[in-house]
Amino acid sequence: MTPYRLSSGGLIDRSSPLSFSFDGQRLNGFVGDSLASALLANGRLLVGRSFKYHRPRGILTAGAAEPNALMTIGRDGRTEPNTRATMQELYQGLEAKSQNCWPSLDFDIGSVNGLLSPFLSAGFYYKTFMWPAGLWERFYEPVIRRAAGLGKATYQADPDGYEKIWAHCDLLVVGAGATGLAAALAAGRAGAKVILADEHSRAGGGLLSETAAVSGNSASDFLAQTLAELASLPNVTIMPRTTVFGWYDGNVFGAVERVQKHVEIPATHLPVERMWRIAAKQALLATGAEERPLVFGGNDIPGVMLAGAMRSYLNRYGVAPGRRVAIVTNNDSAYALAGDLEKAGIVPVAIIDGRADARIEGYTGKARMIRGGYVSDAHGGKALSSISIWQNGHTEKLDVDALAMSGGFSPIIHLACHRGGKPQWSDEKSAFMAPDGLNGLALAGACAGIDGLAACLEDGAAKGLALAAVLGFDGHAPTLPEISGDIVNAAPAAFKIIPGVRGKAFVDYQNDVHRKDLGLAVREGYGHVELAKRYTTSGMATDQGKLSNVNAIAILAEARGISPAQVGTTTFRPFYTPVSFGALTGVSHGKHFQPVRKSPLHDWAKKNGATFVETGLWYRSAWFQRSGETGWRESVDREVKNARINAGLCDVSMLGKIEITGKDAAEFLNRVYCNAFLKLPVGKARYGLMLREDGMIYDDGTTSRLEENRYFMTTTTAYAAGVMNHLEFCAQALWPDLDVRLASVTDQWAQMAIVGPKARTILERIVDADISNEAFPFLGAAEVSLFGGQVHGRLFRISFSGELAYELAVPASYGEAVADAFMEAGSAHGIQPYGVEALSVLRIEKGHVTHNEINGTVVPSDLGFGKMVSASKADFIGKRMLAREGLHSSERLQLVGVVPIDPATSFRSGSHILAKGAEATLENDQGYVTSSCYSPHVGSAIGLALVRRGPERHGEEVMIWNGLRGEFTPGRLVSPVFFDPTNEKLHI
Amino acid sequence: MASLVTCPHCGKRPKEEFTVKGAALTRPAVDAAQDVWFDYVYLRDNPRGAYQEYWHHTSGCRRWLVVTRDTATHEIFQCHDAAERGEVTA
Repeated sequence: MTPYRLSSGGLIDRSSPLSFSFDGQRLNGFVGDSLASALLANGRLLVGRSFKYHRPRGILTAGAAEPNALMTIGRDGRTEPNTRATMQELYQGLEAKSQNCWPSLDFDIGSVNGLLSPFLSAGFYYKTFMWPAGLWERFYEPVIRRAAGLGKATYQADPDGYEKIWAHCDLLVVGAGATGLAAALAAGRAGAKVILADEHSRAGGGLLSETAAVSGNSASDFLAQTLAELASLPNVTIMPRTTVFGWYDGNVFGAVERVQKHVEIPATHLPVERMWRIAAKQALLATGAEERPLVFGGNDIPGVMLAGAMRSYLNRYGVAPGRRVAIVTNNDSAYALAGDLEKAGIVPVAIIDGRADARIEGYTGKARMIRGGYVSDAHGGKALSSISIWQNGHTEKLDVDALAMSGGFSPIIHLACHRGGKPQWSDEKSAFMAPDGLNGLALAGACAGIDGLAACLEDGAAKGLALAAVLGFDGHAPTLPEISGDIVNAAPAAFKIIPGVRGKAFVDYQNDVHRKDLGLAVREGYGHVELAKRYTTSGMATDQGKLSNVNAIAILAEARGISPAQVGTTTFRPFYTPVSFGALTGVSHGKHFQPVRKSPLHDWAKKNGATFVETGLWYRSAWFQRSGETGWRESVDREVKNARINAGLCDVSMLGKIEITGKDAAEFLNRVYCNAFLKLPVGKARYGLMLREDGMIYDDGTTSRLEENRYFMTTTTAYAAGVMNHLEFCAQALWPDLDVRLASVTDQWAQMAIVGPKARTILERIVDADISNEAFPFLGAAEVSLFGGQVHGRLFRISFSGELAYELAVPASYGEAVADAFMEAGSAHGIQPYGVEALSVLRIEKGHVTHNEINGTVVPSDLGFGKMVSASKADFIGKRMLAREGLHSSERLQLVGVVPIDPATSFRSGSHILAKGAEATLENDQGYVTSSCYSPHVGSAIGLALVRRGPERHGEEVMIWNGLRGEFTPGRLVSPVFFDPTNEKLHI
Repeated sequence: MASLVTCPHCGKRPKEEFTVKGAALTRPAVDAAQDVWFDYVYLRDNPRGAYQEYWHHTSGCRRWLVVTRDTATHEIFQCHDAAERGEVTA
């Protein structure tokens, strides 16, 4: 026989049927069902295949620790693998599929692994796949990867939304069972702001399955009454479907709320999951305790279930486990199930209690008692058929269709151990307890080792009150309800190795680790708990050993002849249960993955035909294709030539711009740049080199003095934010006595470079002032008016290209109009826009460096800037460490130009330089190419390189070696300045 | 890292708003001995317990702060503006 639905009882709504499917088969359940309870109600015992041996598996628990009933829910982009059927609420149209079986759940070819089990023991992978090493990548790894894993993630995009949110409260109560409810009520009545979170679909915990009477009423009446009062308190928030998964610094808890995981088609205005960060002044764990399985042969056969789970299916969901039910236990709690079964008309065929002296006060049923006995083996294939009972060396076989087991309880203390505290073994409780001395977090009820409904209610109320009082909320101790009919564990269960076991006795169901594996690990020298975990994979599955860890530790202790306290336990880490990537991602995906930065000239560039390239967050115009041009190089070559013959306009708005003011601004600049700035006159720009404290170059750019105490600094695009942070550090932390103010104005200005022989002619039609060479010479900087005073901007005569060039900054909102005006004014002079590719070619031709060269390994002299470094300044960032002897060695890699000997050949950036005739080895490596391009000016490829003693070797033939691609290009070292080495063009 | 940092200017703020630079060392005089400078630039203690670091409230007031935190528990003992030189002891 199989499980079946009772005609009455439970908290399901029999008037609201729901249809769903499992492996394509249409089934029915009711509102209030979990997927697991609905499957059981339909008689489905077999719900999955195990990980390694592909053994048939059934539903073992009714909660978050479920290791067997893992399914794939939903379809298309909403496919969610490894969903625990015990936690999934049933909804109309739910589609569930079994996992880890092929071709079908009923007939699974992988189950042949069970026959191979002597070869699949602990450490199997380590032993088998050691050699030959060459087989690893080609054979072993692909095979293992195919066999590993349970459900499969979908490749389709998730159509649903997720979000993240903060919450703040006085008291966070985790777990809304009897303890948590009592605590929340006590603290809530006292006036504390309380959040009560529970991972299940509804609050209540064990009360939802409880048959003991509370003040003469049913537990569910008491629950409804309590929830009603909590709902009436404005300072209490109840959050069902919310798993608190981690405890973090500052008493911040991570929680994930499943907002719409219980509906077929989620509403689009709500997220499906919401990630909470809850900052709690105090927290109380009321997380209960996990029932442990007993480790006997065949303890994984469908039909074997934890006693508390069976009770939950019976009482909460109205599902009877079978007709011939046996119970095996080592503690009193399972007798509550026996009583409930009898009330439902199912007298257990036997209660097998490991304790020879078991006497249970509250149990008066008719079941046959077998004291001092154990179930040594369960028998059956896809469903349980019988059990072997061992009692004092005698065995007896009993036909059963369901078996409930209880091996004692493990307090759920995971959260309490997330911040480094180690669980403490308690012989008295036969369990690991939370560490002592926790700050801001307390435990109450079953997770604190307290047993029985009355004691839990009392403990919850007391601790809720106490924590509220810590925060200054005074309340009164409530009158506690009278409990009758509750079976309280008189003494906790001690672990015992079960005698007479023949079959596989599973410890970790999800990873298929059985008792013998742990024994083997000890014999082979991997008995330490951390080693045994990895050797056997016990506790390493997605359930993280919630059911298995204590049993595994007890078995290790037994095998090593020490106590569980001496074995110790592995570390508890977040997340308590798996958290979806969607929830962790929140809204940060697609267009919201990162912000897009667009220059004020973006639309101007777009309408002029720009192709954009992402550089960091920026979208920069890379080149401007014209009709008839077939490749990017053609466009870039044209743009470069035109800038050198006529004029070009380039968007340089993304350069970092910093306004620096204050009466000590000059002194400040003098300290952050390695070259002198104190005497920079008003109306002048100067190129500046910023070093790091270790003497290496950090960034470069120009800074202009606009007024006595007002400067305008530009930085490279990539380091704009970093330089701002650095300057703030210098101003605030190093020299707070300097009167200096910094403001990032990158976004305030649209900045464009007007470049080429005709730049001035065009500019004169825009700018009102006299900008002749005499009135506004090279490195001039001035505030100017445009279009007869309509717009004000800043004009700098600086050149990155080596041409006569200007940079004009205008308020961002005028950028597009001014750029349009330039195109108009320059049309007669052949002006063309150019992009960052042409900009790069122009600067390489001129031998100007960027962060390709300023790569963190170069000092000023490496780039030919040695003379710029001020010898007279008292101090500047990097001064002391730059003086190190090694940084001035001529053996250093230094800037040099490089060209191919055959102009028809080329080379790539990143290629290495070898002396002519030298073997291509790392020992012979003399440096590398940092920048390269095709130069229309030179008529061949050119490059900049950092080469050992490079400046002394102009004219020398070398080999340019790309070891990755196997390319060799004969080349010659030359001056890094390919264009206008005497700088005549800058001054025309 | 601590989840919440009490900025002296902005109050309690989430850690994501801050950038950590590292040990809050005092910059040596420019003429200090080379080994002093080596220590400043390259050598870091790695104590268990209280440690002073420069944190930047990058997405807040943009002030540099000196944060004293416990490297083992991540508890923050003190947080003050870096301009208050007198309190830097490391």
